[in-house]
Amino acid sequence: MTKVNQFISKVGWSRPILGMFLIVLFIICPLVGIKIDFAITNTIGRFAMYIVLVLSLVPMIQTGCGLNFGIPIGIVCGVFGAVLSVEFRLAGPLGLAVAMLIGAALGVLVGFLYGLILNKVKGDEMIISTYVGMAFIAFMNLFWVKLLPVTNPILVMGYGGQGLRTSVTLEENWAGVLDNFLSFKIGDIIEIPTGLILFGVFCCILMWLFFKTKLGTAMTAVGSNPEYARASGIDINKMRLISVVISTAVAAVGIICYAQSYTFLQMYNASNSFTFVTVAAILIGGAAIKKASITNVLIGAFLFQGIVTIGPMVVSAQLGDIADVVRLIVSNGTILYALTRKERA
Amino acid sequence: MTVNKSKDGSKGINWKMLVGTNIVPILFIVLSAVAIPIAGYSGTYIVREIVTRLGRNTFLVLALLIPVMAGMGINFGLALGAYAGQISMILITDWKIGGPAGMFLAMLISTPISILLGGFAGFLLNRAKGREMITSYILGFFMLGIYQAVVLFAMGPVIPISDPSLFISRGFGIRSSIELGGVRGSFDRLLDNILGVSIQIAGIQIPVFSLLLIAVLCLLIIWFRKTKFGQEIRAVGQDMGVSATAGINVDRTRIISMIISTVLAGYGQLIYLQNIGTMSVYSGADTVALFAAAALLVGGATVNKAGIPSVILGTALFHMLFIVMPAASNRAFGSAVMSEYFRSIISYSAVTLALILNAWNRHKDKERARFGNRANN
Repeated sequence: MTKVNQFISKVGWSRPILGMFLIVLFIICPLVGIKIDFAITNTIGRFAMYIVLVLSLVPMIQTGCGLNFGIPIGIVCGVFGAVLSVEFRLAGPLGLAVAMLIGAALGVLVGFLYGLILNKVKGDEMIISTYVGMAFIAFMNLFWVKLLPVTNPILVMGYGGQGLRTSVTLEENWAGVLDNFLSFKIGDIIEIPTGLILFGVFCCILMWLFFKTKLGTAMTAVGSNPEYARASGIDINKMRLISVVISTAVAAVGIICYAQSYTFLQMYNASNSFTFVTVAAILIGGAAIKKASITNVLIGAFLFQGIVTIGPMVVSAQLGDIADVVRLIVSNGTILYALTRKERA
Repeated sequence: MTVNKSKDGSKGINWKMLVGTNIVPILFIVLSAVAIPIAGYSGTYIVREIVTRLGRNTFLVLALLIPVMAGMGINFGLALGAYAGQISMILITDWKIGGPAGMFLAMLISTPISILLGGFAGFLLNRAKGREMITSYILGFFMLGIYQAVVLFAMGPVIPISDPSLFISRGFGIRSSIELGGVRGSFDRLLDNILGVSIQIAGIQIPVFSLLLIAVLCLLIIWFRKTKFGQEIRAVGQDMGVSATAGINVDRTRIISMIISTVLAGYGQLIYLQNIGTMSVYSGADTVALFAAAALLVGGATVNKAGIPSVILGTALFHMLFIVMPAASNRAFGSAVMSEYFRSIISYSAVTLALILNAWNRHKDKERARFGNRANN
């Protein structure tokens, strides 16, 4: 019993309960006529798609910039990289790498400006990042529809020939490049996207190593105790700026991982739909507004994606179109809980 | 050195601060000045549209004022009241009670729902002091989920709805768009219908009763500020710590501010809907807070100071841009798809810019205070 108590006091109630809930959902699946293989492969697939996106939140949380509700900024940078890669008709691993490089480079640039803004508005980062993200998407919409001179017919709107499509297929370029790498099947249905998971874990390890370096430790200090950090001569603004740059660049890489698995590149307002799901995922994984670890990322991505994938499947076998409603309530409920709970010292 | 610098530049800083604090309205006025001639609309058309939109939207914008007074920033959870309004609108449509009576009944039904939701919002925001805006923003989306669950699944099985034509084909849950024929224009044209004539000034239809309601609310807010409770709200907005030692129940004051805001938002949404005449049940209400906030901030309000002139000026200016910008962009770029994008750019950049400048100014004040202390020491 004491061991259970120790475990609970260490990880809290929410994660074991949610883990249990997910297991219950898996058990219910066959009862409502959903193949359990199908449920498992969906959960693993979506988990893998989200690892890098959720990971991108870590640096900003660590330096006290809060939950990055401006994640669409990084995502749009990634989409831009992907668009260029498709426009140049690059395919296979090369196309993927070029997309990631351009996306990340642009992420560094835009992230720098974004970080400068956030340094001017300390204390209000979260609401401002939300609206900066929205405004950025709005401006980029104009860019997609009018200003970007693309010629590849895969990209261009079918008739009229002006502006980008709302979703661009990647089948001819680099869809599934990571997914299919070393992928294997268990049974007929379960398919493990090994390459994507490996890439995600690789990014996680890089991030973990980065936070072990001197620079990484200094960044953590800024988030956990700014006064102490200032006293030890750490340049707070610089650390915050670096964290925003990293978060934005990683988000750009993250959306490319997502898109190659989804096989479509979603343009325009689609970037917006990642905000709540990624933030909720890291919170479910046990992160707080000013503290997040790699474990939080992995557990959170798995639990959250499991629940929002399987939950609606189970319910909709009975009730129909409830998926969006469940997603809205679960993700925003989680964020609300994190915003309103008393912070532990 | 630093002291000298600031003394030399003091005149410049004052001028800069004047522009700096009003940069959003100035920007929007300049933008309108450019866009109006390009759009090529007649003056009468623009004035008519603005009058209509003032009647439609001002009440919702006024609903933002009390939380700003209480120091809680912009209430991005304004949609909570809108959901209450929409639920009561569905009910009166089902009961087939139209006209002004239907509207008053809808207001009556929306009130307890709004009080409940507003109270809940206030309770949550008291647990999130210092980050009220993002919390109310997220709360708006959380409640969108709850509202959709109620309308999509509970209406029919749990909440009795007698008119089957309101349902989607499976027999429960409300259709995505419903006609509000019964109440369309019933406030806007209340006086017209009583007098039996159409009330116009220079060919421009005036929504007299809606504007009257807005005027009454303005007067109420002016009166309310002077009451003891209004003073308490302002004190809480200035400094929670000092107010608490002065014996004000800070948490209760903040909860009541949110309740007032939510109830007003419910009424505001009803006025909005009777003007539009149709209701998109599942989408639309989530942008209520965005448009209201943009209008308020365009009017020169800040996150901690907002008055009635900003509301009226801002609503007029913001909606004028809403009218002329798409047309201007069509003329200038020759593309019709752009108009929607221009609208979202206008609203999001207005809110973003205003929020950034507000936070920036507060940040600078804090720094100044810090350095000021240091100099004194």
